[in-house]
Amino acid sequence: MLTVRSLKSYYESICALKAVSLHIEKGEIVTLIGANGSGKSTLLNSIIGLIPRITGTILFEGKEIQGLSSYTIVKLGIALAPEGRQLFSPMSVLDNLILGTYHYYSFKNRQKLNDKIEWIFELFPLLGKRKKQLAGTLSGGEQQMLSISRALMSEPRLLLLDEPSTGLAPKIIENIFRTLTELKEKTNLTIFLVEQNVNLALDICQRGYVIETGQIILSGEKEELMNNKEVLRAYLGKE
Amino acid sequence: MPVWNEKYETMKREELAQLQLERLQETLIRVYRRVSYYHNLFNKINFDPLDVSTLSDLKKIPYTTKDTLRLAYPYDMFAVPLREVVRIQSTYGTTGQPLIVGYTKNDIGHWTELTARVLSAGGVTEDDIIQICFPYGLFTGGLGFHYGAERIGASVIPSSEADIENQIIIMKDYRTTALTCTPSHAAWLCEVLEEKGVTPAELSLRKGLFGAEPWSESLRKEIEENLAISATDNYGITEIIGPGISFECANKSGLHISEDHFIPEIINPDTGDVLGWGEKGELVITTITKEAYPLIRYRTGDITHLSYEGCSCGRTFVKMERVFERNDDMIILNGQNMFPLQFEQILTEVIGRTPNYQLIIDKKDNLDKLEIQIEVSGDFFFDEMKKLTKIELQIIKGVKERFDFIPEIKLIEPKTIKRYLKKQKVIDRRYH
Repeated sequence: MLTVRSLKSYYESICALKAVSLHIEKGEIVTLIGANGSGKSTLLNSIIGLIPRITGTILFEGKEIQGLSSYTIVKLGIALAPEGRQLFSPMSVLDNLILGTYHYYSFKNRQKLNDKIEWIFELFPLLGKRKKQLAGTLSGGEQQMLSISRALMSEPRLLLLDEPSTGLAPKIIENIFRTLTELKEKTNLTIFLVEQNVNLALDICQRGYVIETGQIILSGEKEELMNNKEVLRAYLGKE
Repeated sequence: MPVWNEKYETMKREELAQLQLERLQETLIRVYRRVSYYHNLFNKINFDPLDVSTLSDLKKIPYTTKDTLRLAYPYDMFAVPLREVVRIQSTYGTTGQPLIVGYTKNDIGHWTELTARVLSAGGVTEDDIIQICFPYGLFTGGLGFHYGAERIGASVIPSSEADIENQIIIMKDYRTTALTCTPSHAAWLCEVLEEKGVTPAELSLRKGLFGAEPWSESLRKEIEENLAISATDNYGITEIIGPGISFECANKSGLHISEDHFIPEIINPDTGDVLGWGEKGELVITTITKEAYPLIRYRTGDITHLSYEGCSCGRTFVKMERVFERNDDMIILNGQNMFPLQFEQILTEVIGRTPNYQLIIDKKDNLDKLEIQIEVSGDFFFDEMKKLTKIELQIIKGVKERFDFIPEIKLIEPKTIKRYLKKQKVIDRRYH
């Protein structure tokens, strides 16, 4: 579904990603593990078209998407729930959700929009209860649900999640992840998950990549990563 | 025959290329960081692993040879600290410093997966009773197959180096259905079975997986007939993974290389030039999943060629021709190169089956002399001197035609050539 080949991303003259290659198959949950500043978010931002200076190839469903605008990329079927949620706090939950439909929103499509919103409220009933509330007044967990929901509103086939668990209570995290895995089962959604909570990420993924200073140094099935002593030591605090 | 791992073994070539690129990049970054030999080598040739953007960038790196591995004795080529190593295997060092190979937990997992593929392709399933007559020890054959067979769920009999009579009792009484050992061991089994008057009908054997040394097609036919089995070849070397690099499927038309773990290349052994598809040369392998003992462009010393034609078994992995020649086995007689298996072919053609034989090389008056010792036994024991002389002459003629020199032929009594698990075909007395 997604193939990244020898991707290099630059901030000014600094090379933040150095020859990164990876692939994600349809219906998989793939995780990217790495420390702070290792290039995880840069990779997601590069895929979604937020980093202007990149080289290499990014293929989505066989089509090259590097260099395209974020708007086009979202339209093709990729959505990002960014780090720190990036909601519009003075706007209501409902309005934030509608923002996710930017690429297909029109008056004629009103019915489709309403159906989508209904569907979101089924997934996250809490958001339904707070639909008129301003996004800024939501709790951290609710904000995260809203951020993911906004991404889902754009009808992605590939969902990029950037550290959805940051700053949340374990119980809420569990709730969000359960919803995501259910969603994956039901709709065959493909998920690329960036997480610092490695235990959690390895728990729900099928495969993973380990990134260090902008380079992928390891990859494998979930069990292989869990067997790797370096992963255990550096990211799971074991040994 | 079942495909053990559909996802990888029948992967589309373009997806495979992507997977190989990802794994190659990771491997190069790891060896650059952790193996001082590769770190220095990359620096010396000004090679930055981060500049690798296609598989062909691999060609910029010089070959790794057995000599490099010997210099690194014991642990200098390891890419992980010893505390991450869960197994150590090695060669016996009969031809020099032993090579020591370490495995992490994941390496053992991959090896198990790879031998499970070999066994599956050879027809082994969970319904089989498999007798493993490879030594369990520093030599990798026994343990390698053991794990793979258990993964498949077959009933494993680790009969290892038990004495041949015992092996036969086990084979008969435990109703072994699959056998794995060296081809010479299998040939020896046939011999002893015949002596004891045991027919294949009294056994339950159906399939045999043979490897660890070159063996001819005629020997395969013989073993298949004498044991009433289907015999497949498989290939591996201790330094990389052995068994488990490549294996025959039911088509027996070349050995599929597990390319999701290894990148093969063929080179001209003399000049080091990379050869194109289908050209014959030395096999070079880069490991792309090994954690403890990764090797970049390792020269195996084995002569073969690659074929990318599809296979009706569904596997998309490249096939290598069966290895009949090892650079190490090459005999140089008066400046001419030849391989033991070429003599075996001549003997088989003349005698009608593969005899037990040995090649003795010596020097006389500054000239290399070859003596072919052949055991006379059973069906080709003739009282008539005339017939034996005729066979001798035919062999001499065969050798003369192919190599243009005249060997000495010595027919010897049965069982005078000592049996080993791995056949010792050549005895070179020139330098002793």
